[in-house]
Amino acid sequence: MTDTKTSAPAPAFLETYIREQRKKKDILLMTHIVMGYPSFDASFEIVRQMVDAGVDLMELQIPFSEPMADGPVILKANQAALDCGATVEKCFEFAQKVADSFDIPFLFMTYGNILYKYGMDAFAARMSEIGVKGAIIPDFPPEEAGDYLSAMNKYDLSAVFIFSPETSDQRMKMIDAHATGFIYCLARKGVTGKETQFSSDMGSYLARCRQFTRLPVAVGFGVKEKADIDFLVGKADIAVVGSQTIREVEQKGVDATGPFIRSLSLLV
Amino acid sequence: MKHRGYYGSFGGAFIPEILVATFDELDARFRQAKEDKGFWEEYETLMATYSCRPTPLTYAENLTRHFGGAKIYIKREDLNHTGAHKANNVMGQGLLVKKMGKKRVIAETGAGQHGVATATMAAKFGLECTIYMGEVDVLRQRPNVFWMEQLGATVVPVTDGTRILKDAINEAFRDWVTNMDTTHYVLGTACGPHPFPEMVSWFQSIIGKEARVQIMKAEGRLPSRVFACVGGGSNAMGIFQGFMDDPVELVGVEAGGQGIASGRHASRLCSEDASPGIAQGYKTYFLQNSDGQMEETHSISAGLDYVGVSPILANMRDDKKARFEYATDTEVVDALKLTMQMEGIIPALESSHAFAGAFKEVANMSKDDIIIINQSGRGDKDIFTVADAIGDPKWKEFICAKAKEYQGDISK
Repeated sequence: MTDTKTSAPAPAFLETYIREQRKKKDILLMTHIVMGYPSFDASFEIVRQMVDAGVDLMELQIPFSEPMADGPVILKANQAALDCGATVEKCFEFAQKVADSFDIPFLFMTYGNILYKYGMDAFAARMSEIGVKGAIIPDFPPEEAGDYLSAMNKYDLSAVFIFSPETSDQRMKMIDAHATGFIYCLARKGVTGKETQFSSDMGSYLARCRQFTRLPVAVGFGVKEKADIDFLVGKADIAVVGSQTIREVEQKGVDATGPFIRSLSLLV
Repeated sequence: MKHRGYYGSFGGAFIPEILVATFDELDARFRQAKEDKGFWEEYETLMATYSCRPTPLTYAENLTRHFGGAKIYIKREDLNHTGAHKANNVMGQGLLVKKMGKKRVIAETGAGQHGVATATMAAKFGLECTIYMGEVDVLRQRPNVFWMEQLGATVVPVTDGTRILKDAINEAFRDWVTNMDTTHYVLGTACGPHPFPEMVSWFQSIIGKEARVQIMKAEGRLPSRVFACVGGGSNAMGIFQGFMDDPVELVGVEAGGQGIASGRHASRLCSEDASPGIAQGYKTYFLQNSDGQMEETHSISAGLDYVGVSPILANMRDDKKARFEYATDTEVVDALKLTMQMEGIIPALESSHAFAGAFKEVANMSKDDIIIINQSGRGDKDIFTVADAIGDPKWKEFICAKAKEYQGDISK
């Protein structure tokens, strides 16, 4: 069980990095891939093009057979990666390769069972060893994250937690007390990859998120074009683009990654 | 939300942040209901007037004579409205839905019994209803799909993953994280995140409460053993709860499929193939590989074809409060045939696992012993699967003739 902490954990590498980058840019861009989809070679090329196009940080999803929080696009990518033989070990090897090759922070995104089966401490130790900076585990709310948090803190890794429009003020404070790196704010209800209305309602929700965390704020779920990112400038520190990149690659091929990311960037 | 809903090291609520407030509300409503005597009375009245409670406890005289061992009693959950114990849980959750003021219900279904029960409840209570069902199960349980649709529900075939029960659960959760303001998810078994295992078991405890009173009235003493099939575990939890504090051996029978050695089974508690894991919002024994990816399961019965199992039963297994066995597809069909021919009772393929498990033991028991088998549902729904397993030529002729008739309709 999670201890009720009276003071927030010390800033880890990730938070410091985000604050430094923000001095240079109005908003940072975080992208997402499912490792091994459509293949590990293609995944590497997608990462290369993303980094080359100026992405600031990346989520590497370890595929899971029951991705409860993911919508149809990422769900199918998870299945396809597993069908093509993606394993946790291959994902670690891939993550090590990209972390060695590119100078941006990488995070793991996956579901709790992957860590639980590997062993929470062993998993965090391996992350630390290969240079992955943190993790987002959507089915580990703080109440169920005791062992996970101990392991992540032990290796000075960031445990990113999630705020949703349904999260109460009081609960945001509680979550903030456990989180490190940044807070991932869901733009809306539902699963990944569906339509999102970027409206004044979201503006007030993001203001509420800001009020209850000491950490930088990322916004994801339904962010897919430059207009969405423009809307988030001044309201969030990081825009997260997930399903849309997978759609672009599925429709136009791996080489569409770079141009797509550049089309989102404010610097072009 | 606190750290709660644990049974030993199993259970919990591994839910996405977006659902936390919804679970808090559900848990609060459930606590109120559980503490309110009036709620249980309302529930019993509903089940007595709309379903067929109390369901009878039938003495299986011919089977008893046939095996020459313990006296066999059958708890007749098949006589519930809609033909299975599923109605108990669904009507109970329906009462909670009314109190929460929600207008829509969703559910997963494997065999289709839970889907039919939910569609029935939705029709009675005036709720919109969507049922998620794996594509494989849609094909093998067509009659139940037909009834769900006739009752006004939308049936969505799930084409992701292994296309069976677990995939239907994932899809129902995906609907819920989008529509929780208007919608309640009527989870069909004693699995999933807290409070579902506790809540579903509570509604199903009506089975065990009745069975205990009935056996005491009939025999003046307790049974030696109680048998129930175990898919998610709700009918087993239901009957076991009547005998939890008694010197009664509780036996859960899992789907042995084509045999444990074949790897094609759904035995989580009695095989070495399962290990503790976290999926679908809770921690229990799952059939999974060393990476934690869920494995394909197999059973002749859609309702037992599931990778996880109630965390309450997982804990009872570890604490040796219950014993778990399996029955193979072949043993199950044999038990079903024997029960039909000797007692004129048609158990569902799921329930037939409990019969098959009991039949393996009953002859070796004393004539002074009594056993109760929980017949969780009726077998009419399985007519296509059972006809295939038996290989009845007259049925095939009928289907071929019927198909020709329909083809004529279509070409006109």
